[in-house]
This record gives sequence, C-alpha cells and structure tokens, in this order.
Amino acid sequence: MSSTIVSLPDQSTARIPKTNFITKENGLLSWLLTSDHKRIAILYLISITFFFFIGGAMAGLIRLELLTPQSDLMATDTYNKVFTMHGVIMIFLFLVPSVPATLGNFLIPLMLGAKDLALPKVNLLSWYLYVVGGIMVLYTMVSGGVDTGWTFTTPLSTHYLNTNVISTGLAIFVAGFSSIFTGLNFIVTIHKMRAPGMTWFRMPLFVWAHYAASILMVLGTPVLAIAIVLVLLERTVGIGVFDPTKGGDPLLFQHLFWFYSHPAVYIMILPGMGVISEVISTFSRKRVFGYTAVAFSSVAIAVFGFFVWEHHMFIMGVSNYSMLVFSLLTMLVAVPSAIKIFNWTFTLYKGSITFETPMLYAFGFMGLFTIGGLTGVFLASSGTDIHLTETYFIVAHFHFVMVGGMLMAFLSGIHFWWPKITGRMYPEKISQLAALITFIGFNFTFFPQFILGTLGMPRRYAAYPPEFQILNVFSTAGATILGVGYLLPILYLTWSLKYGEIAGNNPWQATGLEWQIQSPPLTENFIEIPIMDHDAYDYEWLERQNQKEKEVTSVG
Amino acid sequence: MSDSTAIAQTPHGTHEHPPYQRHHFESMDQQVDATGFAMWLFLLTEIMFFGGLFTAYLIYRNWYFPAFVAGSHQLNIFWGSLNTLVLISSSFTMAMGVWCAEMRKQGALVLCLVLTFILGIGFLGIKTIEYKEKFEKHHVPGLHFSVKSFVDPASDPDIAQYHDKPLRLDMARHTELYFFLYFAMTGMHALHMIIGIGILGFMIFRARAGAYTTGHITFVENFGLYWHFVDIIWIFLFPLLYLISRHG
Repeated sequence: MSSTIVSLPDQSTARIPKTNFITKENGLLSWLLTSDHKRIAILYLISITFFFFIGGAMAGLIRLELLTPQSDLMATDTYNKVFTMHGVIMIFLFLVPSVPATLGNFLIPLMLGAKDLALPKVNLLSWYLYVVGGIMVLYTMVSGGVDTGWTFTTPLSTHYLNTNVISTGLAIFVAGFSSIFTGLNFIVTIHKMRAPGMTWFRMPLFVWAHYAASILMVLGTPVLAIAIVLVLLERTVGIGVFDPTKGGDPLLFQHLFWFYSHPAVYIMILPGMGVISEVISTFSRKRVFGYTAVAFSSVAIAVFGFFVWEHHMFIMGVSNYSMLVFSLLTMLVAVPSAIKIFNWTFTLYKGSITFETPMLYAFGFMGLFTIGGLTGVFLASSGTDIHLTETYFIVAHFHFVMVGGMLMAFLSGIHFWWPKITGRMYPEKISQLAALITFIGFNFTFFPQFILGTLGMPRRYAAYPPEFQILNVFSTAGATILGVGYLLPILYLTWSLKYGEIAGNNPWQATGLEWQIQSPPLTENFIEIPIMDHDAYDYEWLERQNQKEKEVTSVG
Repeated sequence: MSDSTAIAQTPHGTHEHPPYQRHHFESMDQQVDATGFAMWLFLLTEIMFFGGLFTAYLIYRNWYFPAFVAGSHQLNIFWGSLNTLVLISSSFTMAMGVWCAEMRKQGALVLCLVLTFILGIGFLGIKTIEYKEKFEKHHVPGLHFSVKSFVDPASDPDIAQYHDKPLRLDMARHTELYFFLYFAMTGMHALHMIIGIGILGFMIFRARAGAYTTGHITFVENFGLYWHFVDIIWIFLFPLLYLISRHG
C-alpha cells in the first residue's frame, strides 16, 4: 500500500473555492426550494442516511432477538413488525434511491457536461415525494407498525392482518413516484443533455448503468403502484380481485408485485455497478476492459430483468413448464453479470493498482457480489429452489447482493466522490480500516446464514431449534462488527467536513468530466460547456492535459 | 481566486435567450425536445400503470367469460357510445387548442380550452348517470352486491333484449369481479379525467392572461398529449367493457 495516486494541492496554500454550489446561497429555504441537482443530491444523502440508520437499528434488533433460540427479547408479533419495517425501510427508502438519487443526481449532469438535470423542478418534487413517503413510514412505525413482510403477500395482507397495511401501502406508492420521477429525469437528461462530442459510447459507464436502472424504474414502478392500489382497494372496499372466495387469484398479486420487485433488485444493484466501473478504472489507471460489453451488459441486465419474476413463485403453484422457462431465463441474468465481473478483473490485470478506500470497497463488492450472484443461480434452478426458498439461504443470498454488493458500492462511491462533493478529503487510514471492518463484519454476519439455510432454518421466525444457535451467535456477533463498520464513516466523514485536507480539483487523477472542474463545483457546474474530444477513461488525454497546464503555469 | 472572477465573466447575456428558456438548457430546441420526451416517458409509465388492470381483466375475462358477457349486458351502450363521442370531440377541441396556441390566437385558444373543459365535465356527468344505475341495481362490488340479474335474467327488464340464459350461481358470482374491474378501470380513468379538468381550469385562467400565446407552448402541447392519452385509454375501455358479446 505504499504507492498511491493521490495528488493533492499544496495544503499550506490550498483553499476551497469561495464560490461554489454550497456557498452560493445561505439559509434553510435556499436548500428546501433549490432546483440545483447537487443540492438535491445532498438533501437525498441526508434523508437516506437517516432512514438507513433506522433500518439498521431494526436489523440490530432482529439479530439480537435471534441470539437465542427462544423468542425472548420481543413478542413474536413485534418481531414480525420489526423485520417488516427493516425490509420496507431498507428497500424502498434506502436501497432504491441510494446511489441514483444521491451520487447519480450529483454526477450525471457533471459527467455529461450539462448544467443540470433536464427537469430540475421534477427532481425537487421527487425528493419531496420521498420525504412524504418516509414520514408515512415513520407514522406507520409509531402507530403500531405493520407485519406483512415487505412483500405484502395476499391474502395475508388483505384479509388476515389488522396492522397498518394501508399507510405503509400509501407510503410505498408515494415513494414509488419519487423513484419514477428520478428515473424519468435521468433518461431524458442522458438522451437530450449531453455536451457536444459526448456520444453514447463516450459516456462513463456510471451513466450507462444509471440509464439501464432508469428504464427499470420507469417501466417497473407503475406496476407496483397499481398492485398496491389493488391491495388497498381490497382492504377498504373488498373488491375481490385477489380474493379466491370471490373468484379472484392471490397469485395475480404475486405476478404484479414481482414484475416490479424483481427488476427492483436491478434498480438497486445497477447504479452500484456503475460506481465500481469508475472506481476500478481510476485506481488501476486503465480504461475499463471491454467498455462496450460492460455498457451493454447493463442494458442486458435491465432487459432480462423483466422476464424472470416468476422465480419468486416456484413454490406457489405455477405450472411446471413456466417454471422451466423462468428458471432458464433467470440463469441468463448471470451472463451479463459475469461479463461485468470478468471485465473488471481484466481491467485490474496489468493495471497500476493502488489501494485507496474506494478501491477496497470495490474489491469487497466484486467478491461478495460474485458469491451473491452465484448463489442466485442455485435459487434459479427450480429443484434446489424448492429446498432453499423461504430459508435463511434466501436471506443470505439477498444480503450478499444488496449489502455486500450495493452497500459496498454505495460506500465506495461516497468515498470516491466525497472530495468532489465537499471539497475535502476523508481521512485515508481510518477509512481503509472501516472498509476492512465492514468486509469482515459482513462475512461473519451473512456467511453463517447460508449454512443455516441449507440446514433448513426458515426465515421470518422469532424462534428456532436450539441446534442452530451457534451459527446464529456468529451471525449476531458479525452484525455488531458490521455496525461499527457503518458507524465509522458517519463519524469521520462528518469530521472531514471541517478538518479534512483540501482536495483540489482532481485528487484521484481520474478522467471523468466531473474531475476537471473545481470541487465543490459551481452551481452551474461548468464555466463554459465542455467539448468531449476523447473517449471515457482516456488516461493519456489526462496526461496531455496536465502537461499543457504545467506549460501554461511555467510560461505564465 | 480565479474561480470567482470566472463567475463574474460567466456569460449569461452573451447570446439572446427568450425569457421562457430555462437557465440550464443550451437552446430553446433542446428545452422543447427534452420536455416533450419527458412527457412521452411519463405517458409510458401511465401505460404500465393501467397495464396491471388490463392484465387482470385479460385473465378473468378468459376464466369467467359467461359472467363477463352477462355483466357487460348491464352497461348501457347508448351512454357508452355517447361518452366516446364526447371524449373524441374533446380531443379534437384540445388539438385545435394546441394549434391556436401555436398560431398565437388567444381568443380561440381560450374558447378551445373552455370547450374541452365542458366536454370533460360532460363525460363525467354521463359517467355519473351510469354509476348511479349500478348503485340502484346493487351491482357495485363489495357493497350489497346482488347476483339476481344474472341467476334470473327474466327478472331484469333492462336486459330483455339479450335473451340471456340464467347463469349457475358459481359463475354468476363472478360478475362481481367484472364489476370490480369495470369500476376500477373506469374509476381510474375518471380520476385521470378529474386531474386533467383541474389542470384545464388552471390553463383557461392562464390562457386568458396570454400565457400560452407568446410562442412558448410546451405546457399546452404536453397537456394535449396527456388529454389524448386519457382519451385513448377510454377507446380501449369502451370495447373491452361494453362490447364483449358483440363480436363475430
């Protein structure tokens, strides 16, 4: 770890630019009524972090309850509510908006050479919708909670529970529109707002990944919205479309729900993959191997993602033939995912690799996502799925992809672009330690759950047979370590806002357009709209650029 | 620092912008292009939203076809056709409105919008008459739903012309699903109409102040797209709900 690429300006003379998007206007209203994509990104960052810690506290309670075989920390009903709130908050209020609404919002216009997203007011509206959704979830929590699981399975959610299904449903409906508007805004921006010379195949892969995720948001989320509306109508006026006693079919709900909720996991993971592409390239000083393949693999994941939803329903009485087809289609998703992993690996090959924090998180991502992805293939084959579904194997698989994958990618991205967003560096040593702690804690928490799952421990129960205790103790201990791993960044990143070293324009010597401007950027991003005259990840171009600057200063 | 001087030089007035061009667009063309594209995308999400209901319709119509036929006989084709006519006329006046805005004819634009407004209200009025009949005959699902007209069609003079055979009770019960879909689909459509009429009211107000006859017609144009979309949804709903037994 001796060699680094960090190139900071002389700290004794360096200053944060006096005019930037943070200092331009002051006062709470200037933030709440802003239409600047960078400020909205920060509003999002604060709100999703808030919900992440609520969801994380729920996860802590779940793990604490599972420390012992009996249900002793809380009543089983309470346990049901806790894991439901954990799922709802983490999925709809953290993972779905995590990278797109924060980093995507901040970076897509910068990467494309635009002054803002195409629809700045819609962008702000999407944040307000998110906040309304979030407040409704908080209301649900304090007014008694909900215990359907985040999947709202009918007829459980429509007929058998007397908890706050309606307020949760409305919350997800509203938050869903926030996500639709974000996706819509990204698609329009990517199509219409690119700077001169910024062709589709010169866009950073981060943008490609967000494009693919946005397609999923725009096409998938409305279907979830209508599914939820139908559940709510069923609960309020009893219309019967999912009610077998009236001739309705509860499976139809599953179809509609998973038609969104399976693509939703790609909404969550694709932007993370975009982050990894940027980070891997920057810290191995090489153009991403097979740029076009990686770009198209994002789109392929989005397209395949729409045709695999039935694998969530293999044990629910769907026909054997459709099981066969969906099993095969599901395995197909592994192909573009593998293309990404292989291409990142080849990018590392013979690269000048350095080990700054974002890179450590990216390595964590690659390993954990691979495990998460491959166990997905086990679950795609209908035979093993029947044995493993509804056990802790599913829980482990999902968390390897979402926490091991997405959360690692999110943290990687936050560290990577922190100097751009705030103008200051995070402290390197302690954050490398945090990355390591997160990785260790994560594996301790979730690897035992694969074993628990294959042994047959079902998910969503507060109690379990005593022979599973040792693995559960491992898992809970790991969760504690993981908790430390997540607390650390909050502390030192807050610290760095005031005490971090001044970062300068391009501390990583990265090639993206966002790195060629001041940090933090101006409100309108660019003094004049840049002209893109080179490919993405062209480090020789950057070299020439630096050379030119040096000549200018030495002559001047 | 150099950055702050650069800001001062940032050209904000170097090339002439029309006042309605938003600051982050390079040109008016780009702005019109982007907002139009965004509107089409939004309509795509609306199609997916209605798509869930259409899927449910497709499945249950296949399963319970006789019940769906019997249910559709309860709808009044006269009112349905009249409403289709009203809605298509409103699309015509809306399209004329967009043209008037483009031609900067303020008076004609206001007239077109008012006509569209009235026709929209008319559509909802007729829909109310139809809904009221369902209430009276206990055909509202979940609310004292009665299968009398379907197990004993002779008792219902409204459907005498169809000479329906009585349905067995288990099939007759599924007419409730038909009426659920009828209310959900037309209700969701009516909700879109109500939102549209609300926006129209706002637009009439603004158009009288001359807001849309300045050459900047994006809002009128995009609202027009929305209105035609709502119209098209009805064009699909009408045959699917009213004309089930009328083919071949």
